[in-house]
Amino acid sequence: MITWIKDGELVDPRSGTKKKLDVVIKKGKIESIIPPGKYNPPNSRDVETIDSSGMIITPGLIDMHVHFREPGEEYKETIATGSRAAAAGGFTAVACMPNTRPINDSRSVTEFILERARKANLIRVYPIAAISMGLRSEVLTEFGDLKQAGAVAVSDDGRPVTNSELMRRAIEYACFFHLPVISHCQDLDLSNKGLMHEGSISTKLGLTGIPAASEEIMVVREILLAKLTGYPVHIAHVSTEGSVEFIRQAKEQGIPVTAETAPHYFSLDHTAVIGFNTNAKMYPPLREPKDVEAIKRGLSDGVIDVIATDHAPHSPIEKDIEFDKAAFGIIGLETALPLTLALVREGVMDLTTAIAKLSYNPASILSIKGGILEEGKEADLTIIDPNNDYVIKKDSFQSKSHNSPFIGWRMKGKAMLTMVGGRIVNDKLKIGN
Amino acid sequence: MYRFNHKNLLGMDQLSVSDINLILDTADSLMEISSRDIKKVPTLRGKSIINFFYEPSTRTKASFEMAAKRLSADTLSLSATDSSMVKGETLIDTARNLQAMNPDIIILRHSSSGAPHLLAQYVNAGVINAGDGTHEHPTQALLDLFTIKKKKGRIKGLQVVIIGDIAHSRVARSDIIGLRKMGAEVTISGPPTMIPVDVESLGVKVILDPVKAVKNKDVIMLLRVQLERQDKVLFPSLREYAIFFGLNTQLIKGAKKDVIIMHPGPINRGVEITGDLADGPFSVILDQVSNGVAIRMALLYLLIGGG
Repeated sequence: MITWIKDGELVDPRSGTKKKLDVVIKKGKIESIIPPGKYNPPNSRDVETIDSSGMIITPGLIDMHVHFREPGEEYKETIATGSRAAAAGGFTAVACMPNTRPINDSRSVTEFILERARKANLIRVYPIAAISMGLRSEVLTEFGDLKQAGAVAVSDDGRPVTNSELMRRAIEYACFFHLPVISHCQDLDLSNKGLMHEGSISTKLGLTGIPAASEEIMVVREILLAKLTGYPVHIAHVSTEGSVEFIRQAKEQGIPVTAETAPHYFSLDHTAVIGFNTNAKMYPPLREPKDVEAIKRGLSDGVIDVIATDHAPHSPIEKDIEFDKAAFGIIGLETALPLTLALVREGVMDLTTAIAKLSYNPASILSIKGGILEEGKEADLTIIDPNNDYVIKKDSFQSKSHNSPFIGWRMKGKAMLTMVGGRIVNDKLKIGN
Repeated sequence: MYRFNHKNLLGMDQLSVSDINLILDTADSLMEISSRDIKKVPTLRGKSIINFFYEPSTRTKASFEMAAKRLSADTLSLSATDSSMVKGETLIDTARNLQAMNPDIIILRHSSSGAPHLLAQYVNAGVINAGDGTHEHPTQALLDLFTIKKKKGRIKGLQVVIIGDIAHSRVARSDIIGLRKMGAEVTISGPPTMIPVDVESLGVKVILDPVKAVKNKDVIMLLRVQLERQDKVLFPSLREYAIFFGLNTQLIKGAKKDVIIMHPGPINRGVEITGDLADGPFSVILDQVSNGVAIRMALLYLLIGGG
C-alpha cells in the first residue's frame, strides 16, 4: 500500500523547504519527496491518493506539555481521549506531565502510561517523569530507571522544585542520562493563594493577585543554575515580559536555556477574567497586554523556542464553581494550531518558524523522533488547510473536557489530516471513505 | 419618570448615576415607614425573598430581613451551616434547587468574589449581592452614599478619604466606584501592604500617611482591620496599626470642622478608631445602620418591579 499526498505545499523547518512537493509514503515511512507531476504510481489500485491542493503539509505537530490525567483522573481525560484530541488538533506526538494520581515518579507508572498509549493506538505519547518523589521537592526520582522505562524528560510541573540545591542536583544528574529538565517556575510564597495576574483587573475584581515576579524569580534561579552547572534547563509556559527578557539575556550569554509558551499567553490577557470566567483561570495567569507583546517578540526573535499547549482538562466539577475554588488550567490541543496561524497572519513570525516551534524544536529538545519531513523518516505529518474558517463550539472537542476560553471564537486554519507512522488518525478530508 | 431597569444588583459597576439617584430618592421616601408605630406596608405582599448567607453577618442579614418584612414580603433565611453546602452541594446545584421554589429575590452573601455573578447565571430570581469575597458590597456603598447625602446635602465635589485594608475590602471597592460615579474626590490611605496594585485605575488618589490623607476631608471612612488576611501577614500588630493608622482625636483635627466619620462595622474599638470618636459627635456609624434598612427596602421595591 502506497499513500500519495499530492499538490500540497510542503513545509519542513529543518531544511527550510517551503514549496509544492508531493510526498509518497510506503510501509509507514516517507519513501520519496518529489516535485508535483513527477510521480508515476505503480498500480493505481494500491495507491491511496490524498489531494492536498491549497493545503500545507508539515511535520506532525508535537506538543511537549500536556496533562492526560491518566492514571487517576480519568473523568477529566484519558490517554485515549487526549490522544484523539491531539490527533484532531494536528498533533502526532505529545509529552505528558507527571502530576497524575499516582504521580509518575516510578517505572511502573511510566510503563502504565506507555501501555495505555499503545492501547489507544493513535499518536505517540511520551511520558515525562517527576523530578522529585511525589513532587515534594525532597528526594530525586530514579532518573536512569525512568529513562529506561521510556521517560523522555523530568519535570515537577504543576509544582516548582522549591529546594534550589535539589534542583541543581537534578540538572546535573539528568544530564548524565540525557534527560531534559523542564521547570515550572513559580515562587509559591509570592504567589500565595493568588488566583489571577496581579494588576488593575485583580484589583477591580477583588481577586488575590499572582505577581509577575513570582514567575520571574524562579526563571532567574533556573538560569543561574544552568550557568552554574553548564547543563540545560527548559522553562515551561513563559508568561511575562520579565521572563522573556531574562531568558533573552541568558541566551545571549550562551547559557543553555530553552523556553516554551502556550497559545493563551499570546492570544489573551488578564481582561479575559472579567465576569469571573473560570476558563480564564490558569497558572501562570493571563498577564497584561505588554506581556502578550513581549511573548510575541520572544516568538519572533527566537527567545521562545517552543509553543506547547499545557493542555489541562478539568470537568465542570472543577470549573463551574466559584472562581477562587475553581481549578487552574485549560485545554489547548484543539485550538493551538489556529491560534498560532493567527500570529503568522499577523506577521509575528513566518509559517516555517511557527511550524518549527510546533514540531522540530520540541522534538530536538526532547530528542524524540519526528519534526522532520525527509525521505526515510517515519511518516508523521499533518495536512493543514490554512483558510478553513470555523467557530469553536463546546461540543466539537474530542477532549473529554471542554474548559476552553476560546469557545465561540472564529478561527482560521485547521488540521485536516494527521498521520502517524503512515496511518491516518484524523481524517477530515474523508480519505477513509 | 426614570425607570429602574435591572433584575439583579451584583455590583456598583452596573449602576448609572440616574439609577443611584433613584435608589437614594426611593430610600428617602421609604425612610418614614421605619419611624411609624406600625412599621409595615403591603407593597411586597405575596413576594418571597431568600436571604442566603454563606458567611457570618449580623448587620447586613438583619437589615435585609427587616427591610423585606417592613414591605410585607415573605422571607426565608439560610446560612452555610444549615444549607446543603456542608454536604458538599455546589453553589450551582443549590441555586437550581432554590430556583425550583420560585422565589422573587435571592440575597447572597458569600466568601468567594464573583459568587453572586455565578448564581445569577442559573436562577430566574433577581440576585442581590450582599457582599462577595473581597470584590463588592453594593448595598453598603448605597447606604454610605445615602448617609453622606443626608448629612452633607450633596455628594458631588466632596473630599472623601478611606483608611485601612483597601486590598481586601469589598466595602472600599464598592464605595470607591459609587463615590466616583457621584462626583466625589476619593483618597485612599493605609499601610502600603493594604493598598492594591494599580488602584489608581479606579480613579482614586493614594496618600499613604493618614495624617496627610485626612487633611481638609469632608468624610472619613474607616475599614475593619484584621491581622490575618488569607494567611498573609500585612502588618506586625494591631497595637502598631492603632498608633500609625488608627483614627484618634489628634489626627481628626486636620479634617474639615464638619467632617463625618463612617465605618461599615463591626468596629475594632481602639484599633482603626478610638472608642470616644466612634461614639462622638462626628460619628454617623449608627445612622449608617438605620439608613441601611431604608436603602434595602428601596432596592427590593425597585428590583421586584416597583420601578
